[in-house]
Amino acid sequence: MSDQSPHRELGLTDHEFELICQKMGREPNGVELAMFSLLWSEHCAYKHSRKLLKNLPTEGPRVVMGPGENAGAVDIGNGFSIAFKVESHNHPSAVEPFQGAATGVGGILRDVIALGARPIAILDSLRFGEPDTERTHYLVDGVVRGIGHYGNSMGIPTVGGEIYFEPPYEQNPLVNAMCVGLARTDEMVRAAAAGAGNKVVLFGSLTGRDGIGGASVLASAELDEGDDAKRPTVQIGDPFEESKLLECCQELLAEDLLVSLQDLGAAGLTSSAGEMASAGGTGIDIDVGLVPLREPDMEPFEIMVSESQERMLAVVEPGKVDQVLAFCTKWQTASAVIGEVTDSGTFRILKHGETVGEIRVEDLVDGCPLYDLDPEEPAEWTYVNRETIEADAAPSDIALSLLASPSIASKRWAFDQYDSIVGSRTVHRAGAADAAVLNIPESNRAIAIAIDGNGRRVACDPFQGTVEATLECAANLAVVGAEPLGVTNCLNFGNPEKPGVAWQLSRAVEGLAAACTALEAPVVGGNVSLYNETPQGPIYPTPVVGMVGELPDPANVAGENWRAGDAIALIGPFDPSLAGSELEKQRGQLGKGLPDVEIAPVKAAIELVREAVRSGAVRTATDVSDGGIATALAELAIGSEIGCETDLHPVLARRSDNPEDALFGEGPGGFILAGEKAELEKLGGQGVDFELIGEVNGNEVIVTAGESRVEILVEEAAAAFDSLEDRIESDQAGLTH
Amino acid sequence: MIQARVLIRPKEGILDAQGKAVEGALPALGFDGIEHVRVGRIVELQAESADRLEELCEKLLANPLIEDFEIETVDE
Amino acid sequence: MIWGVLQFPGSCDERDALNACQIADPTSESRLVWHEETDLSGIDGIVVPGGFSYGDYLRAGAIAQFSPAMTAVAEFAAAGGPVLGICNGFQVLCESGLLPGALLTNESTRFICRQGDLVVAEADSPFLAAFEPGQTISIPFKHQSGRFFAPPDLLEQIEANNQVAFRYAKGQNPNGSLNDIAGVTNETGNVLGLMPHPEHAVEPFGGSMDGVGIFRGPALAGAGA
Repeated sequence: MSDQSPHRELGLTDHEFELICQKMGREPNGVELAMFSLLWSEHCAYKHSRKLLKNLPTEGPRVVMGPGENAGAVDIGNGFSIAFKVESHNHPSAVEPFQGAATGVGGILRDVIALGARPIAILDSLRFGEPDTERTHYLVDGVVRGIGHYGNSMGIPTVGGEIYFEPPYEQNPLVNAMCVGLARTDEMVRAAAAGAGNKVVLFGSLTGRDGIGGASVLASAELDEGDDAKRPTVQIGDPFEESKLLECCQELLAEDLLVSLQDLGAAGLTSSAGEMASAGGTGIDIDVGLVPLREPDMEPFEIMVSESQERMLAVVEPGKVDQVLAFCTKWQTASAVIGEVTDSGTFRILKHGETVGEIRVEDLVDGCPLYDLDPEEPAEWTYVNRETIEADAAPSDIALSLLASPSIASKRWAFDQYDSIVGSRTVHRAGAADAAVLNIPESNRAIAIAIDGNGRRVACDPFQGTVEATLECAANLAVVGAEPLGVTNCLNFGNPEKPGVAWQLSRAVEGLAAACTALEAPVVGGNVSLYNETPQGPIYPTPVVGMVGELPDPANVAGENWRAGDAIALIGPFDPSLAGSELEKQRGQLGKGLPDVEIAPVKAAIELVREAVRSGAVRTATDVSDGGIATALAELAIGSEIGCETDLHPVLARRSDNPEDALFGEGPGGFILAGEKAELEKLGGQGVDFELIGEVNGNEVIVTAGESRVEILVEEAAAAFDSLEDRIESDQAGLTH
Repeated sequence: MIQARVLIRPKEGILDAQGKAVEGALPALGFDGIEHVRVGRIVELQAESADRLEELCEKLLANPLIEDFEIETVDE
Repeated sequence: MIWGVLQFPGSCDERDALNACQIADPTSESRLVWHEETDLSGIDGIVVPGGFSYGDYLRAGAIAQFSPAMTAVAEFAAAGGPVLGICNGFQVLCESGLLPGALLTNESTRFICRQGDLVVAEADSPFLAAFEPGQTISIPFKHQSGRFFAPPDLLEQIEANNQVAFRYAKGQNPNGSLNDIAGVTNETGNVLGLMPHPEHAVEPFGGSMDGVGIFRGPALAGAGA
């Protein structure tokens, strides 16, 4: 029996509890305390991050919905908008990987559905420890199956993503899910409640005890040894239910039956109803006795904080309620009027007409204290270093080791478990280093989507690393001919109360702001996940950036294989360095610091590549990222099944005279293009660095840099690149579902 | 009212992929000497009488081409 | 030619199927048929689409077989009308007895989405009117329960009667289907089910447009005339 005060057990500090009592003029009762504990948790209130996020650029001529709505949206032309957002579901996935990942996908889909958009694509950004433990195999197997299960069952294609393997994520994996949706701009709906006397309708799955206390118990505290006991609070997802919910919402909106719509996620009814009232400046009455229940005898506080999945809350004019309920019946989804919008400014909880709780909306939703961070740059590199490659390995062996490294190696075994083609929009499924492209015939164009975030490099330099992650998204868009429209982001960090993590978070947000401003890509929404930390320490600071862009003609995406006789060019202000690189990781020599990079020249290169791809002159294009130029060339050779002969002396001449930097160094601003020599040469002399570096031919990948030479058979390279599949195989594959 | 429980199993001779996956995982989890794992389903229901249960099983609850079923009933 | 594409709660590829019908023949009309409808008058061909009808609960296709629309489809098929079942649609047709055999969980237990080669087999069906036996076509597949099974006697009968419509090309069987069977017909050939998705091989940017032939078949064979 714990002798902790109830408020402490629910995750509130003494100071916060006193503040609540002050605001209410009395102590909160059980229901009220449960509601405060959730809405004042880090996960819901963004206590430690809200002040920082105010510095992000959020406006632009194409922005239709900005931060604060269920998801962000940009105008895509012809009366249509693209809605998108990325969200994390980290802690639940560590506890139950299949359901954690599945409900993470379900949750982000609902955010986009709640805006009135039809989801058209899913991407996911995943991080695990090194793939050599059965636990990691189990997590990877469960997460990939869970994502596939939910997305495939809903008939929404999973078109891209990334998977990284790094020691700091060992006990604290990251599962970030991004959803992109399409909506008629004038049919989109906001979340704000409006109109005293309007009815509040709950529809979707029945309410049970799923995830009770999930938000504050799991997401606002570090994970430690005894976490298996938290399994009862994990939510179970039902994609079939959500598929019906989606169709129902689309019909309700097409018939103009809703004043506002909000999905139920973390903290269930409490946060949905509370946020709707707060956004609308109204009050709201909810009668728990009217909520359709799955379990008998649920207490009011349980009903208010239940995280049962696949539910939506709508505000409906009284005269339209019957029609709304009729559509729900058509789609075989439970529905009920459970309350009313009021002008009291109060969130009132009733049970069969009797008041059991009453909180002022502004106290509950906006009354949480916001904390300043106390950032302090650590003097030393604080993460582990492990040597996994021989100190005197030859360049060819280094190249193979990089291709085989889990973060770089082919993830095809994962992507093949996702339906990437349903919906008939997928022009280009994201390959190793670029963006997914979807056809939007409604607007006579296509969109491109990229998701990136190299946590290791952000750990080396949080500001520069985050700038790089954002530039990488833009580069991935450029190689398919797309121009950025907007950004979403998920900030995954450790415990912000620790000065070192506070420094990481502050600098990362500054980097995101700087890059988004320079690229004219406003941030339209996002998510923060803090306390990703175990007794062993925090994860790498991992700002995952999701970027959406548009391109005029899906016929030109430069995703083709290169052909024998093609010329190969290196374009951009690429100044490679081994700092923060995959090779430096393998040598166990990671440390603080990344070279400063000016954004303007990189932006110029991005624009040049984009235009070259759009013109159709370039068949093959990729940006240089993990593993450097040698890896980028090898990956192209593997995909095309033809090798290349290249010489990087221009890089040695202009940038670094260290051959290893040229071959394996990383950093932003480098592009490899292949095609007709005459076409490529037109790209020179346009104010962006341009060098022809070789030709496509043969069955070997040959990359020379001064005295050093990588020479490997394309077959050997392919074997290394495909080696992760066997290494990641779980003994328990197929057990989770 | 009767309480009925229907056990549905894959027919012998059919490759049961799920059963095989479970069986394959056991040694790594520290369980030896377990074999012939088959994964099926249980359907529990209440009915006014047992008269049409067999028909229900053959038409819906099981696919007789690939599954065997067994009905257990308890009078209440 | 007027196509009817069924729509159950949980269907995923019904709109893609409509799209494919239009692309195969822009002069044709096509519409969705809600699972509660029973009036198929005016319809010349039926598609039972892919997806997860009723969440694949109990068994894939098990519940959909009892919908009012499927009762109407059974009558339509008995009268000789062309019926195409794709993926989940194939599962529904097997469950309802309109096609022989059953579809089981993939041998790997994993969902797999991949482009693959199919070889047109010997069956005589309006849906194969645009192809020659032995022809290879490229069609994507995406499923978790696509392993075709029939007990030995039934399998022999299916082969002997030339009811195999498609086989996975050598070395490309993704799920362990017996005899590499990717699609079968009923005895009279007017009902055809296949696990791969021809409706996703009809656009120029998809990598293959071979699926168009399957949707052109019935009109070529005289349906809707």
